[in-house]
Amino acid sequence: MEFLNDLKDQVWTAYELLAAGWGVQLLWGIAWTLAVTVVSMMIGAVLGSLVAAAKLSHRGGLRFIGESYTTVFRGEPELLIIYLFYYGGTQVLTGVARSTGSIGSADILNMPSFLGGVLAVGIISGAYQAEVFRGSFLAIHRGELEAARAYGMSPWLRFRLVIMPQVLRLAVPGLGNVWQLTIKDSALISVTGVAELMLTANKAARSTHHSLLFYTLAGILYLVMTSISTPIFDRAERYTSRSFTRPK
Amino acid sequence: MDFDFYLSTIWSVLKALPLTLEIWFFGIAFGLLIATGLTWLRASGYKSGEYFTRAYVFVFRGSPLLVQLYLVYFGLSQFDFVRHSPILWPILRDPMYCTIVAMALNTAAYESEIFRGALRAVPVGQIEAAKAFGMSAFTRFRLVTLPIALRLALPAYSTEIILMTKATALASVVTIMEMMGTAQKIQHDTFRPIEVLTCAGVIYLLLNLSIARLFAWVEHRLSPHLRAPPEQGQQVKPVPEVL
Repeated sequence: MEFLNDLKDQVWTAYELLAAGWGVQLLWGIAWTLAVTVVSMMIGAVLGSLVAAAKLSHRGGLRFIGESYTTVFRGEPELLIIYLFYYGGTQVLTGVARSTGSIGSADILNMPSFLGGVLAVGIISGAYQAEVFRGSFLAIHRGELEAARAYGMSPWLRFRLVIMPQVLRLAVPGLGNVWQLTIKDSALISVTGVAELMLTANKAARSTHHSLLFYTLAGILYLVMTSISTPIFDRAERYTSRSFTRPK
Repeated sequence: MDFDFYLSTIWSVLKALPLTLEIWFFGIAFGLLIATGLTWLRASGYKSGEYFTRAYVFVFRGSPLLVQLYLVYFGLSQFDFVRHSPILWPILRDPMYCTIVAMALNTAAYESEIFRGALRAVPVGQIEAAKAFGMSAFTRFRLVTLPIALRLALPAYSTEIILMTKATALASVVTIMEMMGTAQKIQHDTFRPIEVLTCAGVIYLLLNLSIARLFAWVEHRLSPHLRAPPEQGQQVKPVPEVL
């Protein structure tokens, strides 16, 4: 009975804290986390396809650049990359601004934290996406590419009509994994001060001294986000592979 | 180029390497223990065991390691019984132990899935043959299932170990002065983040590349049956060229 009363008190405290404004804050945190993840995925998609193309290239130099990119950005701690873009960005911006005289020699021009975070997470995401795209490209039937060439299709037409639709279809499950990774990486940019879910939970925990409550809530909200994305990607997979399923 | 600065930075960060390796090693070791338990529970055939492991994997793979670390470090100390426990409190008030606990719990979820996949991938014919030989369940496991499964699990396991190396950097957010924490401190003192983080990055990269090489070598050693036989008249190299 005592345990039940205790639990009731806990739930009541949680309700009061959430109603006092932390609930809305956490919702904003979710919105920022999703924004960071979506923008990072888009940056990663652009970089990932370029790097995949470089890794598949016939030119040794391009292949080397592609290999180095994926090795470095998958081999470094995510935190280090984020610090590099945030603090390094500040260092570069300050240097440029001081030399052009737009700020005083003792002032500092800070890297916008959202931009720095999104660039860092996007570049990491791009390294993983490059591997996904490369794997999908290699899974395309060689004969189809040869046939397209035999038809006299231009490289662009081949890319648009033969390569892209198939790479997309084969890449969806892999991209789902990268999406989950990117959601989790986005929690790390709380260190730069972007008010996403992790930082909001952190602030709430510190100012109310209910760390167990708020970190558990944050954990649950991340679980909700990662598990909601699974059926969405399943749907995308069904959609992109609709020409390969038998009609009922 | 200020070589003295680079050298002194690399040296200071390298001095924190033992601490990073300590977190890494104990995180992996305890993680392996938990993962073995989880895999056994999952394979035991009990429905409750299966539900528990499924829930465990869902929770620990679905949320960021940072949340798990904060929950262990800041969250658990809210419980009175934790603070009054003579065993739990010395562990959970120390950020170093907390990092190891969070890393072990996290990696166990991924590893148990790797082991489960490897166990399922052992060819049925091999197990049937062992049964036909009249091997007991334990002998079968020891001589047939386990060696094949371990070999199959190795590539995914090495990826997980590299993810763990990267995860040790999170210890810096709970005040541990391992390589990342040290680099952070130098960076704040000198305001030269690009140089300092590049030095730390090189060390992390070399560390991960050597771990990857080591696993590639082990994999090569464990799969002689998958290699092409030497050509006639060609000298057999006694040591693999991987390292």
